[in-house]
Amino acid sequence: MKIHEFQGKNIFKSYGIPIQDGYVIENIDEAPETIEKVQKEFNTEAVVVKAQIHAGGRGKGGGVKYSPSTKKALENVKNMLGMNLVTHQTGTDGQKVRKVYITEALDIKKEYYCAITLDRSQTKDVFMVSTEGGVEIEKVAEETPEKIIKVWIDPMVGIKSFQARKLAFGLGLTGDAFKTATRVFMKMYQCYMGTDASIVEINPLVLTEDDCVVALDAKFNFDGNAMYRHPKIAALRDKDEEDPTEVEASEYNLNYIKLDGNVGCMVNGAGLAMATMDIIKLAGGEPANFLDVGGAASAETVKNGFKIILSDDHVKAILINIFGGIVRCDRVANGVIQAVKELGLKVPVVVRLEGTNAKKAKTILSESGLAIIPANDMKDAAKKVVDAALKN
Amino acid sequence: MSILVNKDSRVVVQGITGSEGTFHATQMLEYGTKIVAGVTPGKGGQSTLEGKVHVYNSVEEARTEANANVSIIFVPPPFAAEAIVEASDAGIELVVCITEGIPVHDMVKAKRIIDQNSTRLIGPNCPGIITVDECKLGIIPGFICQKGNVGVVSKSGTLTYEAIGQLGHFGLGQSTAIGIGGDPIIGTTITDVLELFENDPETDGVVMIGEIGGQMENEAARWAKDNMTKPVVGFIAGQTAPSGRRMGHAGAIVSGGDDTAEAKMQILTECGIAVCESVAEIGEKMKAALNN
Repeated sequence: MKIHEFQGKNIFKSYGIPIQDGYVIENIDEAPETIEKVQKEFNTEAVVVKAQIHAGGRGKGGGVKYSPSTKKALENVKNMLGMNLVTHQTGTDGQKVRKVYITEALDIKKEYYCAITLDRSQTKDVFMVSTEGGVEIEKVAEETPEKIIKVWIDPMVGIKSFQARKLAFGLGLTGDAFKTATRVFMKMYQCYMGTDASIVEINPLVLTEDDCVVALDAKFNFDGNAMYRHPKIAALRDKDEEDPTEVEASEYNLNYIKLDGNVGCMVNGAGLAMATMDIIKLAGGEPANFLDVGGAASAETVKNGFKIILSDDHVKAILINIFGGIVRCDRVANGVIQAVKELGLKVPVVVRLEGTNAKKAKTILSESGLAIIPANDMKDAAKKVVDAALKN
Repeated sequence: MSILVNKDSRVVVQGITGSEGTFHATQMLEYGTKIVAGVTPGKGGQSTLEGKVHVYNSVEEARTEANANVSIIFVPPPFAAEAIVEASDAGIELVVCITEGIPVHDMVKAKRIIDQNSTRLIGPNCPGIITVDECKLGIIPGFICQKGNVGVVSKSGTLTYEAIGQLGHFGLGQSTAIGIGGDPIIGTTITDVLELFENDPETDGVVMIGEIGGQMENEAARWAKDNMTKPVVGFIAGQTAPSGRRMGHAGAIVSGGDDTAEAKMQILTECGIAVCESVAEIGEKMKAALNN
């Protein structure tokens, strides 16, 4: 689960990490008052206007504007609120800006990158910093990996001062800035652990002209499985930032991801679902989605799955691929029939059922009188569904 | 022989009185698995599964009083990591955790403890293990399997079934099939299982099924290149998965570099593994590999 920059910064604040502070508005009417408030509170004429969307790359896309005067700030807020911000992470359609963050402007001497995440291979957390802040860290990792300094933290022990010092020394910091950075790193790790984050990233962490160390941005990714013990963080979820169909699917307990193709698919199990998408592509089609209906493929799940898939107008045919272990294929077959009867068969449906009670299921489907196309195995199913999509 | 479990494995089911635990323990018993104990804290002294299994309050009791040496866990996610540690602390040698949705931070800590104790963990978020006609530990449907000489190791549950099904169509049975799970932190890697299969006289070839995300498949391929004498057939799911999106499994996310399906397939091929471009080729590729 992701959150907005301003929400992330509020979490940082609660952990004592210094941030570039400000206020969020959703309505242009609040702008003059809020700009004035930021100017007064932080003793600055200049402010920064920042679009609040979950995708990264906001600066390059025009979603972060330095505003030296009140007039300029107002103009920037006006332009930004409601705009469709396109970044390298949003796709070509962009993401609508519904919230704007007005913050103090700082005089920046240096920009750094820092992040904590899990290193799966070592079963430890890895803390990374780099002097190449403010840019795409992936590029730095690829081109100049020596510029990324890493320490591995055993979660049983937690971060130790020497590790934080190594990071701060690695950035070439001295004096008070060094001391502050060390404290920031310690707190950042506590924040990572305390919030069940899978990633905490500050890009950039800056050194100001008066030698303060400040987080200019805050990026979090939380472990959805742990949100039951963080109700306050779970409440920060902004469904406007997610695909509406994916939100609806999650309410049905379905795992759905929309893709660009025209062949819909409904599968039990994530691995088999991916393999089904792949074989559709190999058969000459393009998968329209990833949809894992999980372990309980009941009539209700199948019906909801159909609804979700058919809400995408591009879908020309649907493949249902179920390998029944615990799931009984005859129940799935009855679910398919019920769903098709209730929703109407708008596009051709190819069904491949294997495993528990598969034979019985095939009989049920063939005797239903519905125009469902049966398939014997995955190759057969993929070919049939792609052919059907082409003809439709 | 076979690997990890056999007809002599003495199984304790953690969470046996929950609905999942009861359902699957019943299936496992029917398959012939030797379930010697169940554990549900607070329900010790009762019996379950029509009086066939005694329930204990702790794994330690199940270990000392019923001589359990293998555990299977059907405990809800908030308590599952602790259940793993409990089994490990009680001296259980092999722990299989089926539970899906364990917080990663919990799992990292549990993993560090069981590594210190030298406990072998399979999973979490996995379908478990089956040694055909001897022991079923988890939720893999027994009836799709037949006794044979192919080992199966997979990150995904239903893809494991798919592979087993296809092997069956080509008349190939299995020695042991293992789903290791699709979470970022899991107990047993593909490499670990390849090594077990390499050393198992009843296994003549191995199917390994991976997916996008992480480095496990690449590491396994490199290990196989240097150490495996038996043929390995590989498949990687997620060729069409977009980067940056988590595809169901918490670990199945492309974060760049060599964790894409394409990159992994390339590395597997370079390491001498017979890579299936399509999932539908698993059976025939294994058949061909064994005939060579």
